[in-house]
Amino acid sequence: MSSPSLDARPSAARDAGADGPILSVRPTRRVAARATARRAALTGWILLLPALAAYIGFVIWPLIQGVQYSFYDWNGIGLAEWVGVQNYVTVFTDPVLLGSILNAFILIVFFTVIPVTVGLVLATLIRSIRAGVFSSAAQTILFLPQIIPLAAAGIAWSWMYSQTGTINQILGWIGLEGITRSWLADYATALPAVGLIGSWVLTGLCTVLLLTGIGKIDTALYEAIRLDGAGWWREFFTITVPGLRQEIVVLVTLTVIAALSSFDIIYTSTQGGPGRSTLVPGISIFRIGFTQSDVGLASAFGIVLMVLVLAVVLPIQRLSKAND
Amino acid sequence: MRATRTEAWTGRILLVVILVLTVLPLVSMLSAALQPADRNPTGLVWPSDPQWGNFVTAFEVGNVWVLMQSSAFIVLGVVPISLVVATLAGYALGALKIPGSRAILLFFVLGLTIPFEALIIPLYYQAQSLGTLNTQWAVIFPLIGLYMPFGVFWMRAHFVNVPPELSEAARVDGANVWQEFRSVQLPLARPALSALAILLFLWTWNQFLLPVVLIANPLNRTVAGALTFFQGQYSLSIPLLNAGALLIITPAIIVFLIFQRQFIRALLQGAVKG
Repeated sequence: MSSPSLDARPSAARDAGADGPILSVRPTRRVAARATARRAALTGWILLLPALAAYIGFVIWPLIQGVQYSFYDWNGIGLAEWVGVQNYVTVFTDPVLLGSILNAFILIVFFTVIPVTVGLVLATLIRSIRAGVFSSAAQTILFLPQIIPLAAAGIAWSWMYSQTGTINQILGWIGLEGITRSWLADYATALPAVGLIGSWVLTGLCTVLLLTGIGKIDTALYEAIRLDGAGWWREFFTITVPGLRQEIVVLVTLTVIAALSSFDIIYTSTQGGPGRSTLVPGISIFRIGFTQSDVGLASAFGIVLMVLVLAVVLPIQRLSKAND
Repeated sequence: MRATRTEAWTGRILLVVILVLTVLPLVSMLSAALQPADRNPTGLVWPSDPQWGNFVTAFEVGNVWVLMQSSAFIVLGVVPISLVVATLAGYALGALKIPGSRAILLFFVLGLTIPFEALIIPLYYQAQSLGTLNTQWAVIFPLIGLYMPFGVFWMRAHFVNVPPELSEAARVDGANVWQEFRSVQLPLARPALSALAILLFLWTWNQFLLPVVLIANPLNRTVAGALTFFQGQYSLSIPLLNAGALLIITPAIIVFLIFQRQFIRALLQGAVKG
């Protein structure tokens, strides 16, 4: 609020003479502008308050609580006992927990490498798809896995992979009866089988995004390099990949996060089994925290998972900026 | 020069293969759902005597109607409030550009990478002390907070691209911040807002981890969270399990088919911006 004395000045200045207004109006404007800016800042903070409250209350505060729990031995009900970094030591030395981290990294092959590769190959081959019934129907179908809950995908695929399911049936048709099995119950095949569910979910998204991206690359570039006599590989690495860098970085980030923090698909398909062959950090945290009631250890594992995701994702982000 | 003909055809054939693989599990679910409920289904067949009644049974046994209501309640509790709160914050950061807005934005963006699993243990004990555990509020409150990083980021990205001349013009006309926001900014923000609404609806409807952990009674969960309850209910009948799962994913698919264009645009933009 500007004070009355400031408001009074212009009129006083007006009485003062010809050069008065110029001298006095300027500072008044500056003061007024500053007041407006201050009012805007105040309004801004008020508008920010609900979002900050929700975010701090239900994300940051629980995170701080989680860090605190992680230094205690606590069963959720009784007295908590301070154990220092013992829980973190356990996360990094217990073979079961380490195994679940390793499984999560193996899932990156299925959640990231396969979908992005398939998307890139398809985008390069098709390059421009004429808008029409086929292309819009293709887009709709490719997006279906994004719409249905991951938990439902887990259920659908459990049935596909079962002894009498569709996968074995198709293998039978093409004369591969010999390798049919209950894919999710087999120690050797359970993890790849679960991983392929992730490939199924994410390939459509990657394909559509990369096809959209490649459509924006100037076709003159391709003509030029072909006249230059470049082969497919050179064309791919000198034009396509750099042109799609932004899209690739985004997709790799998204899918890596999905792989490292997978939960829904595994919970509804294998629950981490058979044995521990598909155990991932999400399932481990759930079991340790709520079945074994070791709140400290589960919290520590949660923090480790968060740091792992950050440690993998931040360098990828760097990659996109470094080349700009 | 376009891609050569062989390339284009290889591409198209590969695309058709991918499309078939994409639909396969869904068709396979339908095939299982239509086979007799008391037997183990066998692969992909169009049954000679399709048991459409399985859907009715699954609907009743699975309390699907109750589940839909519960899901709708959670969606209504989360989405409108998240939209309003994220829009206000996005406006403050993007248009008003208050001092320190870069730091605040970074603070929100860091939240984008936090896996829900990292928070689920403390969220459980927080719900317990708030007295919301085992009610839908145990999911609604945290989801609003968990969506803030994306929501604020998304709306700020919109507001920061609105030319400042527009709001200056409104100010010169004597509009205050609120009037300017309502008459200038809000109409322009409609596409960004509807895309965000679609994404938040989808993420809430399909949310699994939070309801499974925070709500013991499956009937109070989201439909996705209740799928585990289905697995328990129908553990002896794969046809009924698939029928129930199909019933549960149908509303989202119908909404998707109606708002297809907006959905795909929202998901693509969401992917790029997120």
